[in-house]
Amino acid sequence: MNQGTNMSGDQQRGATAGTLPIEGLEAVYDRLAEAIDRAGPEKAELFLVKLALLNANALGDATRVAAHIDAALRDL
Amino acid sequence: MHTPSRTPRHSIYYDYQVHAPWLPSARSPEVAPAAQRAAVVIVGAGPVGLTTALELARYGVRSVLLESELQVSEGSRAIVFTRRSMEILQQVGVATRVSENGLPWRFGNSFFRGQRVYRMEGLHDPDDRFWPMINLQQQYLEEYLMAAALANPLIEVRWGNKLTAVRQTGGMAQIEVDTPEGPYRLDTHWLVAADGARSGIRAAMNLKLEGDSYEGRFVIADIRIDLPFPTERRAYFDPDWNPENTVLMHREPRGIWRIDYQLPANESAEDALRPASLKARIDAQLAMIGHGGTPWQMDWSSVYSARALTLAEYVHGRVMFVGDAAHLLPIFGVRGANTGFQDAQALAWRLALVVNGAAPATLLASYSSERVGAAREIIAEAGKSTRFMAPPSRGFRLLRDAVLSLSLSEPFVGPLYHWRTSRPHEYTQSPLNSAGDDNALFKQGPGHGAPPQNIRLGPDDFLLDHVGGRFDLLYFTRDAALPSALVREVSRARQRGVPLAVTAVTPPDGAARSVAGADQTLVDSDGHFAQRYGIEAGGGAYLLRPDQHICARWVTLDATRLRAALNAATQGTGKGSAEEAE
Ligand SMILES: Cc1cc2nc3c(=O)[nH]c(=O)nc-3n(C[C@H](O)[C@H](O)[C@H](O)COP(=O)(O)OP(=O)(O)OC[C@H]3O[C@@H](n4cnc5c(N)ncnc54)[C@H](O)[C@@H]3O)c2cc1C
Repeated sequence: MNQGTNMSGDQQRGATAGTLPIEGLEAVYDRLAEAIDRAGPEKAELFLVKLALLNANALGDATRVAAHIDAALRDL
Repeated sequence: MHTPSRTPRHSIYYDYQVHAPWLPSARSPEVAPAAQRAAVVIVGAGPVGLTTALELARYGVRSVLLESELQVSEGSRAIVFTRRSMEILQQVGVATRVSENGLPWRFGNSFFRGQRVYRMEGLHDPDDRFWPMINLQQQYLEEYLMAAALANPLIEVRWGNKLTAVRQTGGMAQIEVDTPEGPYRLDTHWLVAADGARSGIRAAMNLKLEGDSYEGRFVIADIRIDLPFPTERRAYFDPDWNPENTVLMHREPRGIWRIDYQLPANESAEDALRPASLKARIDAQLAMIGHGGTPWQMDWSSVYSARALTLAEYVHGRVMFVGDAAHLLPIFGVRGANTGFQDAQALAWRLALVVNGAAPATLLASYSSERVGAAREIIAEAGKSTRFMAPPSRGFRLLRDAVLSLSLSEPFVGPLYHWRTSRPHEYTQSPLNSAGDDNALFKQGPGHGAPPQNIRLGPDDFLLDHVGGRFDLLYFTRDAALPSALVREVSRARQRGVPLAVTAVTPPDGAARSVAGADQTLVDSDGHFAQRYGIEAGGGAYLLRPDQHICARWVTLDATRLRAALNAATQGTGKGSAEEAE
């Protein structure tokens, strides 16, 4: 939770620096999994797109978002 | 034989007048109908054909205006006109009537799940005479334009005359025209195709439109109803009665509201227009906005689909395309008619200079390049709005839905609702822009190819009241007279047939209230005219084309550079653009 706040709080520079420490990554992992379950199969996609837009806004860098989109599209 | 309907169209608020057809036999017998000739023939008396005829007449050019019907537009069709359209309509003398009868506005609202999730404000600069938008049904606009055309001795309106064939030969266009009395032939040097979305001229010449057609189809319904909302745009996303789709509402004059709703993908237009279907949906919309049960009466309804298409070239030999005949634009963002007025204005002055022998026919190529460029820009922008209003795929729908959902709590997505509305195109790359002026040195003011910034000079007195219909040189000075070299250059240009007027702009403590050598003097009472135009010292100047767009500006004007700019703007040979590419 705290780690996430740090990431978005550091909008411009955090975008280049940010690697989430393992505890943070694990926390996000669990939280995201639970949230997908809570959203349910009907709304999971919508939920994930909302999340992507919120993160993109916090990242403040369309080029990095585009790189993330490409990375996520790989090996589907 | 062409037999246009003589029955007035149905409307609960508009009183349709059926005009008498123009018949070839009515001409004096010494003019054989088969041997008629006209300098310019305009086909189609919609808003764009009428504006073209009125603009041409300002330069003394006669035209014959053919209209296949005997009455104005069926239904309200285009109801929202932009500030730039009003500035153009002012030039042809009908803006006052539109202002008197229309409903001005400037706010757009987007609603989702009963909440207003975005409110857009159109800027109303104190230097603007007109509001960002004004609502008026197309019938009225056509009526006002037609009244102006009928009062103009240079325009010959021929109701009930339908063009049926066109061919180009020997520097002429030969057309066949059918009338209630049978056909006749008409030869013309220049044919303006203003014959609308289903242009028969475009089809006959086998010209193809390029671009996209979208899936979304919309019902337009005009109803008379008393609703307590101000004149603002209201867009409802994903309403409970029409899930996933979009509904728009606009107030029109005469107690009419436009309701515009998207159809489910598999419903036919026929089904959608059945009275029971219309009634159920309009009632559902009224219930959703808290006005269920309010009595209403249907005026007119229609179905349209969102298309974004343009011809690749608007000038084909002796035939020139304007308005819907040249392009079909989505009506989100009110681009149809508003784009057409700019076409009419952009074409008319060039054609007039060519007809009057003051410019070579090559000037017309820049009409095509400027306006095709504008249409393509609009198509790119409109594509964004259309993808939001009527998402074309699963991915676009998901993103749109995510934005709707986020907008209830996250204002950062609000601007994605922005309704990219019609705006005047800036002809930044126009070959008519001057290559050797000081455009790049200005820090303020409208640049190359831009429409002018209006300036409030005093109560009910604005810059754009004083310019247009000729080249206008705005010359900023404190002196009592124009430099004599400039005066000589201006009269030289006039001698070769270039319409040109000089407006001196002078501060209140300038040497003269009426600067010698200028056609008119405007007093810049608080200095903000010079400031907004980025003028820092006397001798600075702007050159406006007859459509008021800027083609040159100078920190200090001299006669040689004025001549170069006028040459570039009347030859259209592309010298300007070659330099600009560097
Ligand atoms: C159902 C509908 C709803 C619309 N709603 C909106 C809206 O809300 N907002 C908006 O901005 N735009 C709207 N539009 C588009 C807008 O009406 C047009 O962009 C505008 O009318 C274009 O003007 P025009 O002069 O180019 O063509 P038109 O207005 O179509 O005029 C063409 C004229 O040419 C005449 N003509 C055609 N063929 C011939 C021939 N062979 N010989 C002689 N005359 C001929 C026709 O009778 C007609 O009078 C709507 C259009 C439709 C059809």
